[in-house]
Amino acid sequence: MGAALGGIGTMAGGFSTSSAGRRDPVALRIGLTVVAVGYLLLFIGLPLITVLTQALVRGVDEYIRAIEDPEAISAIQLTLTVAAIAVPLNMIFGVAAAWCVAKFDFVGKSLLVTLIDLPFSVSPVVSGLVYVLVFGAQGWLGPWLDSMGIQVIFTTTALVLATIFVTFPFVARELIPLMQSQGQEEEEAALTLGANGWQTFYRITLPNIRGALLYGVLLCNARAMGEFGAVSVVSGHIRGQTNTMPLQVEILYNEYNFVAAFAVASLLALLALVTLSLKSLLEWRFRDQIAATRRH
Amino acid sequence: MSLEINKLTKTFGAFWALDGVGLEVRDGEFLALLGPSGSGKTTLLRVLAGLEQPDGGNISFNGENLIAQNVRERGAGFVFQHYALFRHMTVAQNIGFGLQVRPKETRPPKETIKKRVEELLSLVQLEGMGKRYPSQLSGGQRQRVALARALAIEPKLLLLDEPFGALDAKVRKELRRWLRRLHREMGLTSVFVTHDQEEALDLADRVAIMNKGKIEQAGTPQEVYRSPANAFVYDFLGGANKLDCVIDNGLVKFDSYEVARPDLAGVSGKATAYARSEDIAIVPATMRGIPATIGEVFLAGPAPRVELKLANGAFVEAIVRDAPGAPLDYGAQVALQPQAFRVFPET
Repeated sequence: MGAALGGIGTMAGGFSTSSAGRRDPVALRIGLTVVAVGYLLLFIGLPLITVLTQALVRGVDEYIRAIEDPEAISAIQLTLTVAAIAVPLNMIFGVAAAWCVAKFDFVGKSLLVTLIDLPFSVSPVVSGLVYVLVFGAQGWLGPWLDSMGIQVIFTTTALVLATIFVTFPFVARELIPLMQSQGQEEEEAALTLGANGWQTFYRITLPNIRGALLYGVLLCNARAMGEFGAVSVVSGHIRGQTNTMPLQVEILYNEYNFVAAFAVASLLALLALVTLSLKSLLEWRFRDQIAATRRH
Repeated sequence: MSLEINKLTKTFGAFWALDGVGLEVRDGEFLALLGPSGSGKTTLLRVLAGLEQPDGGNISFNGENLIAQNVRERGAGFVFQHYALFRHMTVAQNIGFGLQVRPKETRPPKETIKKRVEELLSLVQLEGMGKRYPSQLSGGQRQRVALARALAIEPKLLLLDEPFGALDAKVRKELRRWLRRLHREMGLTSVFVTHDQEEALDLADRVAIMNKGKIEQAGTPQEVYRSPANAFVYDFLGGANKLDCVIDNGLVKFDSYEVARPDLAGVSGKATAYARSEDIAIVPATMRGIPATIGEVFLAGPAPRVELKLANGAFVEAIVRDAPGAPLDYGAQVALQPQAFRVFPET
């Protein structure tokens, strides 16, 4: 996410300086635009089109049949379930973490900030493996969990855990800089006016971070539904049980069932498009709040 | 019935923000907490509001122990330096907030809140602005909304943190006069923090001057201006010139110029004298006095202001109220006679 947003920022910066200040030669401007747009088309547009055409190569009926396949339905349900658990939890965690970091000083604050960033710097496969190491049959807690009759690895629980780990920075990262820049004067004002803690949060803090929060949740959701690496390690690939959509795509593809693979993939691509348009909408609606988070 | 502060202490790490503060604010009084930045005045205000917990000492307000109460229970109106208006609410919603968040049993009905907001809007001269957002207001208007919002909860104590700090000079002066009038009408016990001595002396019934977490002096503007308790107060209230001198058993010596001060009999050693600009007389160089050279002369204003350079390189400012005793020409040699001054021996 960081790289993508950084890219948007740099592009906007580039345009504004060239139009406001010195004039670049026309040829250079056209050349750069062609390179940028061409690059995007080649590496992002083309694959997207391929996914859709491949999915529909044998007609709409075949496409619908591929999606209505019980295993595909189960994968879709599983993906939605995992996201429905992981995203709200990470939303709560993100708000709580950002609140502590932005509004309080405590020992270990910088450690907490570093830990929040950890999933961004660790390969998702590694985080999946860590869960296997902790909860697996040969893992630290494996035998104990086994004796209790609880299985974690190769179940939905493991998928949720792995997804939470991989996606927990999104909300917190969006909120921390914003809440830091807003300070706590408004909250203090609310307290002196007689508001209690909950009223202060609900009526003052939440409205002030609403845009950035929605934005973070959106990114978190996109990643939760699309996550492959960590989920792949802990899933066990049990058909119709622990295969999420990305995993289902891989299985179908490896079985040379291209139409079905691309059909499921097209749903994920659709999710990406919806996410993108919602993101643009939010960026436009809450441009002030989001601009504040970019300053840092 | 008043606010009594006793031996209040507050530390931030190794820094003593409040170092045994004792102060009394009388009922209905408008008190200024004046001091340089870092003197602890804002911390004191925040402790009074309950936004900071003191480490020690006590505060009683009308006989009640204030420290035992939390921010909400104290119900003190607090006006923040940067207004802290709720940016997502309209002016009317901002002002009504304190009533809106009351528990159901004590919350006034909608109509009453609306009426109260209208009253407050007209009190702060912002009629018809209720539907605007804070970002659509000027600095002075925002400050008045912040004040109306604090007054909405009918506080018994009003606390203002640098209320004019973020405003330009003209608006500041207008708002100051207006606040003075408002206070006279309402008679609400108020404490305001400022680092601007002119503001404090103009506005307050009494001024408390703070330095390094302690109250240096508290008194009416006249008292603190006319008889500053110590060198810091003299220095901080401004308009005072610092003159190096030596005391020799009741004789104050400025270089060759000597003044007898019987009250300093028995005191000897190096000292610093403070003399206000209007208390320094300029006389011809041939007369007794501290030798000085005339620098810039500022003729705009009610009385000429003269910059003078002493032999040791120090600058002195004099305000010439009567006909000058010597021609005020740039570079001319003159002598200075401090008519009234306070001497503080070096410790």
